[in-house]
Amino acid sequence: MPVSDFQVVVGLEVHAQLLTQSKLFSSASTRFGAEPNANTQPLCVAFPGTLPVLNAQVVELAIRTGLALECRVNHRSEWSRKHYFYPDLPKGYQITQFEFPICEWGQLSAGEREIRIRRIHIEEDAGKLVHEGSRSLVDLNRAGTPLLEIVSEPDLRSADEAVEYLKALREVLVAIGVNDGNLEEGSFRCDANVSVMRVGSSELGTRCELKNLNSFRFIKQAIEVETHRQVELIEAGGAVVQETRLFDTQRGETRSMRSKEDAHDYRYFPEPDLPLLVVTEKQIEDVRRTMPELPRARRTRFVDEHKLPQYDAEVLTADLALADLFEATVKAGVAPKKASNWFMGEISRLINETKRPVRELKFTAVQLVALIQAVDAGAISANAAKEVFADMFETGRDAARVIEEKGLGQVNDLGEVEQLIDAALAENPKNVESYRAGKTQLIGFFVGAVMKAMKGKGNPKLINELLVKKLGG
Amino acid sequence: MTGLLEAAASLSSAQRTSVELTQASLEAIERDDGAVKSFLRLDPEGAMAAARASDERRVQGRALGPLDGLPLALKDNILTEGLETTAGSKILKGFKPPFDATVTRKLREAGAVIIGKTNLDEFAMGSSTEASAFQKTHNPYDLTRTPGGSSGGSAAAVAAGMVGGALGSDTGGSIRQPASFTNTVGLKPTWGRVSRWGVVAFASSLDQVGTLTRTVADAAVLLEAISGFDANDSTSADLPKPGAQAGLEAGVRGLTIGLPDEYFVAGLDPEIERAVRAAAAQYEALGATVKRISLPHTRHALATYYVIACSEASSNLGRYDGVRYGHRTADPKTLRELYNKSRSEGFGDEVKRRIMLGTFALSAGYYDAYYVKAQRVRTLIKRDFDEAFKTVDVILSPTSPVAPWALGEKLDDPLAMYLADVMTLPTSLAGLPAVSVPAGFTANHLPIGAQVVGPAWGEALILRVARALERETRFFEKGPHRAGV
Amino acid sequence: MKLTLEQVRHVADLARLELSASEVETYRHRLSVILEAVEQLAEVDTAGIEASSHVIAGSVHARVDEASSESGTRQTLSNAPQVSGTSFVIPKVIE
Repeated sequence: MPVSDFQVVVGLEVHAQLLTQSKLFSSASTRFGAEPNANTQPLCVAFPGTLPVLNAQVVELAIRTGLALECRVNHRSEWSRKHYFYPDLPKGYQITQFEFPICEWGQLSAGEREIRIRRIHIEEDAGKLVHEGSRSLVDLNRAGTPLLEIVSEPDLRSADEAVEYLKALREVLVAIGVNDGNLEEGSFRCDANVSVMRVGSSELGTRCELKNLNSFRFIKQAIEVETHRQVELIEAGGAVVQETRLFDTQRGETRSMRSKEDAHDYRYFPEPDLPLLVVTEKQIEDVRRTMPELPRARRTRFVDEHKLPQYDAEVLTADLALADLFEATVKAGVAPKKASNWFMGEISRLINETKRPVRELKFTAVQLVALIQAVDAGAISANAAKEVFADMFETGRDAARVIEEKGLGQVNDLGEVEQLIDAALAENPKNVESYRAGKTQLIGFFVGAVMKAMKGKGNPKLINELLVKKLGG
Repeated sequence: MTGLLEAAASLSSAQRTSVELTQASLEAIERDDGAVKSFLRLDPEGAMAAARASDERRVQGRALGPLDGLPLALKDNILTEGLETTAGSKILKGFKPPFDATVTRKLREAGAVIIGKTNLDEFAMGSSTEASAFQKTHNPYDLTRTPGGSSGGSAAAVAAGMVGGALGSDTGGSIRQPASFTNTVGLKPTWGRVSRWGVVAFASSLDQVGTLTRTVADAAVLLEAISGFDANDSTSADLPKPGAQAGLEAGVRGLTIGLPDEYFVAGLDPEIERAVRAAAAQYEALGATVKRISLPHTRHALATYYVIACSEASSNLGRYDGVRYGHRTADPKTLRELYNKSRSEGFGDEVKRRIMLGTFALSAGYYDAYYVKAQRVRTLIKRDFDEAFKTVDVILSPTSPVAPWALGEKLDDPLAMYLADVMTLPTSLAGLPAVSVPAGFTANHLPIGAQVVGPAWGEALILRVARALERETRFFEKGPHRAGV
Repeated sequence: MKLTLEQVRHVADLARLELSASEVETYRHRLSVILEAVEQLAEVDTAGIEASSHVIAGSVHARVDEASSESGTRQTLSNAPQVSGTSFVIPKVIE
């Protein structure tokens, strides 16, 4: 752990791939799994004479993100060219937003703290290089995919806080349909800017940029390791050099990137092939109106409106699709707490066991409600319901069908039950006497006997009620 | 070869067929282009197939319009699908575009016959066509001299009667200046009037595709065919087409024409000045008012243009790296070698110079002083024109301060070549439409052009003004001596 | 302004151009001449004047988010200097 005279300062840059059908400036597909260079149009190859044309959906998603992160959405923002030579950058420049980004100055809660967001801008992703022996292969499928770059102020004060911020940010982006939140596959990427300063000082230290952080675990580890490195360096009398460092996951340490180039001179200038990006107040309002509910607001609503405990609210909203299914269930008439028990119980259990994503579940909210109502109506026992649900989960069949097929229905025919009760009482006169004499716990014996006679298909509640009536005398 | 409209009339009256026109064009090229060298390559098969298709349509009463069946040439920085397009550079030698430029597509849709691709200064950077990596084009009016540039090939092909019309591109004067050197009409539309999709980019905020024709009426027809909003070009204007043919003969009575003081200074060839002032007098006689105006920032246009054009060029030419298409150096061992050698082998000197200049102007520490400063001065230059158009309808000036020079004469002095563009650069910076129209000849029979500049989207107006001069003077009738003689 | 040889080499490197020793000198001379001519722009009073690069006229043309359904492979590789499978081949890049 770093010496306690030092305080780590972290700023985070997230690159989030946008969930669009086509790329930022061309109609090339963003579809997953295509062979190399299939998802390309002439602009992706940077053929002579090609020009960029903006994807309207990208603007919508950028506005949505800005609003969700409480930013100011700029009515005018500008496209810039950022120049460097690399085989995954076909034009020799990336179209980004340097001087005038689309959104600025927002915030996001990470735990107890509000972390300031400095800016959000739109830019193109680069292609991919694959190394093979003495050569490298260039695949432009990813080149031109739309990205949002979300930059925080250096407000974070620990590795844990950084991870909390990223989780909260990811949750928001997924909730509003902007990004799929996948770190491992690289659609949600983080770079961390880490510096240290002496506790009590207000002067920020020199920062290093950490790259290649593709899991929350690595992010935490990398920040901690880098903090340690910087503190040790300073304490030994050295100075931190501003540089980019890669996190080596094998060795658990950061190392300076072999200089690709010396400090890049990106030669930014305004993109002459695109007009200013103008966004009207009306456009912003339209997006605001149709904004999906944000996770924090939803959690609060679950507590206030559905009267669920905070813990339940958090579990249920951890997965967007699960929360949606829950709300559909409640809307269809199931009491929130009852529904919550099902969700936190059987449903979560089976999801975790099968690792099936909620969106791929075979049963619907309507079917679930039917099952719950069957239990309430006494058509099946609570235990049988679990069996029925397990089947529903696998097959997506209606509860009624399963109940019938497996003969799980409780018998509620009063006449039949009474007959069997009478038979049980007749067969056990001694216990009847004992019960009437005060051993009321014998009710269990009689319920058991009747259930046995009914081969388990009895409705315990009903049997109990009738027995009490008959025994009561 | 006659003009486009004449040729169109001969087709509709069935006096000629497109196949005949196309064959005649190919024969003229065969006969004369050995001396002129305007074409980089021909597409006889493609052209004859298009000609036959056109005749077929016509016979069935389905002719597409005025350009249907007419042979045209395209400057070799305009992409033609399947037909090699080099931009005059070794770095694109062998490049076969997998798609057509929008203007190419529009011409094909209009039924035009694309005969071949014409020579240009490499990447359109130059004023004499001498910077082509492949050949020098000769001025049909004097084969020892330049036809101007960078659209020298297109201008020469039209001047020599090999085709009735051609497309060129104009970034700082590359259509207008060659037009003035070859006694043809060269039109640069308003920036945004014609799509740049599929046109090899030099300087994005300045490039425009335009027309080279013998007559003003032909320019109007060709402009109409290539204009219009293109969803592939975010800077193309969503406006109705120019419709310049309608009012072409309306004359200049009641119009006010401005002569900018700053264009009539020392350095302007006296013969050229005389010719342009004669044109002004001609306009007055026709009922226009001619007055002096000032465009005070004119003398800064050269520097402004070069900083901006070279900066944008250095950026646009970054894609030529030997990775995905174009020239790749033999057996590169490292990525650096791949880039540095491919580019150095593929680009000519002038291109490299401009890339260097542009890279410098955008680089850290110099960006504000060079690029940003130039863009601010550009705004002032635009304002000069905005001011001027408050009191005049169009502006008249020489197109070039000098007459066509001898091939090889200006190659050692970088500035001398650049100075040839001073009269056309300001309008490029301002994005305004301008046309060069024949205005006479020097004592040794070299063509002189006058430039008419209009406000934004004023193509119809400037063509009308140009037509008035043409109708009076009929300079276009004086063709070159037979090339090759 | 007069460029130094070092500056010329640096710019050539940024632009990925390989210059021989004599070329560096030639470029230094020619570029310096042009830069001197350009320097006069410094005299122009542009206080309060916006750069034209920030005022690209015209409304935003944005297209509907629809993906092209055809595979771009053939077109994209149509002029490739060297291909392996459907990827462009280049010398090994060390990262």
